[in-house]
Amino acid sequence: MIFPSTAHGSSSVGTRDASRDLFPCIECLRRRRCVSDNLTRGGVPIEFFHISVLLRPHKSPPHEPHPQEATMAEAVVLLDVWVSPFGQRCRIALAEKGVAYEYKEEDLSNKSPMLLQANPVHKKIPVLIHDGKPVCESLVIVQYIDEVWSDGAPILPADPYARAQARFWGDFVDKKIYECGTRLWKLKGEALQEAKKEFIEILKVLEAELGDRKYFGGDAFGYVDIALVPFFAWFYTYETCGGFSVEAEAPKLVAWGKRCMERESVSQTLYDPLKVYEFVGFLKKKYGVE
Amino acid sequence: MAEAEQVKVLRFWASPWSFRVELALKLKGVPHEKVEEDLANKSPLLLASNPIHKKIPVLLHNGKAIPESLIILEYIDETWTDNPILPKAPHERGMARFWSRFIDDKCVGACWMSCWTEGETQQMFMEQARACLRILDDELGGRRFFGGESIGLVDISASFFALWLGVLQEVAGISLINGEEFPNLCRWIEGFVASDVVTECLPPRDKLLAVFQSKKQAILATKSMVY
Repeated sequence: MIFPSTAHGSSSVGTRDASRDLFPCIECLRRRRCVSDNLTRGGVPIEFFHISVLLRPHKSPPHEPHPQEATMAEAVVLLDVWVSPFGQRCRIALAEKGVAYEYKEEDLSNKSPMLLQANPVHKKIPVLIHDGKPVCESLVIVQYIDEVWSDGAPILPADPYARAQARFWGDFVDKKIYECGTRLWKLKGEALQEAKKEFIEILKVLEAELGDRKYFGGDAFGYVDIALVPFFAWFYTYETCGGFSVEAEAPKLVAWGKRCMERESVSQTLYDPLKVYEFVGFLKKKYGVE
Repeated sequence: MAEAEQVKVLRFWASPWSFRVELALKLKGVPHEKVEEDLANKSPLLLASNPIHKKIPVLLHNGKAIPESLIILEYIDETWTDNPILPKAPHERGMARFWSRFIDDKCVGACWMSCWTEGETQQMFMEQARACLRILDDELGGRRFFGGESIGLVDISASFFALWLGVLQEVAGISLINGEEFPNLCRWIEGFVASDVVTECLPPRDKLLAVFQSKKQAILATKSMVY
């Protein structure tokens, strides 16, 4: 059997996921002749989300955690899916604060009892479990991380008005980017053109808000940057499906994305845009989009 | 706190969202001016204060504009720190934010659409609405308020259910919220609307009923929450 069992997803200690090495990247799969449209495990067709786990790219092996680190890490668990931009927000925030945690990859076609118990209302990732207590919704989690690990660099600014502005733009990203972006790869014809028009408008609004600043937070990388930057890896998918160029429409935004990628918390978390595009390719097959 | 503070709320008297802001300011004892907006003819001030969404409510504090009701509530809590509406502990704050978002993202929409659709679509929305109300009812349990002994962020966020839902279901001729299925919520509603501060801020029920009845055909056509 090529593919390891992933009964309740895989887990590892530290800020990198050891199980990433267990899952071959698409290039490795292609080299094996048994990869075909009829991927099966024991004769049973592998569900799409098993494929998403299998598609997860190689990353270098994690460091061996210090025993102390391991205990601290066990107190913080993140239930997540590798490609989720919402999960990535949490990973970036934890990395920015230098928090050790255990990453658990969820199989969304077979959600773990831990996930169902931790988020009974939505049954969705990401969920942060800290000392046994769950926190759900990515931007709620990011604020939680900021409040608990308050000695690290602040994610939200101190001033209430600046905080309100940051929350506003985080909320804007939440309401607009993923929904409109999804329409770019799911829809065709006139509906696609409508989505493209809307998406470009969203980019221009964000570009205007960023202006000539280094980050949305000003000189400091912060809440809005964390909310938006995971979607930087999705721009290639959105522009390819939509038939436009993000850089042509919003050059400052692209420059901002590249600046963010210079931060280890971001570069270690985001996947190659081509991997995201590949993943969306499988989603399109699943939904019968062509 | 600066002297001679200028606090204004760009609001619409029938809106549950601007009610949230006014209730929070009242709970904190913050004097403020209510600026009534004509939603069919939005003022230059509103359009300048909330250029992205062009919606009420907007809080104007010494000229600074803060839109989006849940964001305004957090701003109010951070600026006027007496009578906190958010808990102190980070996990409880996270839960309060989670439930407020749940109300906004899932509950209100399902209840609203239940009122203005028909047939199978209506059945689907009513099932969703009931599921949401059940979740809220369970979450509240035997507590007086979602915030415990005093009104907090989640109670303020849930104010739609305290008055508007009852009015809407009457106009639409449906039954969603009832004491049999949702005993905790109904008890909460009674306690919430009986509170002095809430009574002072709530719009009159008969006026609200009249406006929804008069706009019923328009809402049926668009299903829009901007009425």
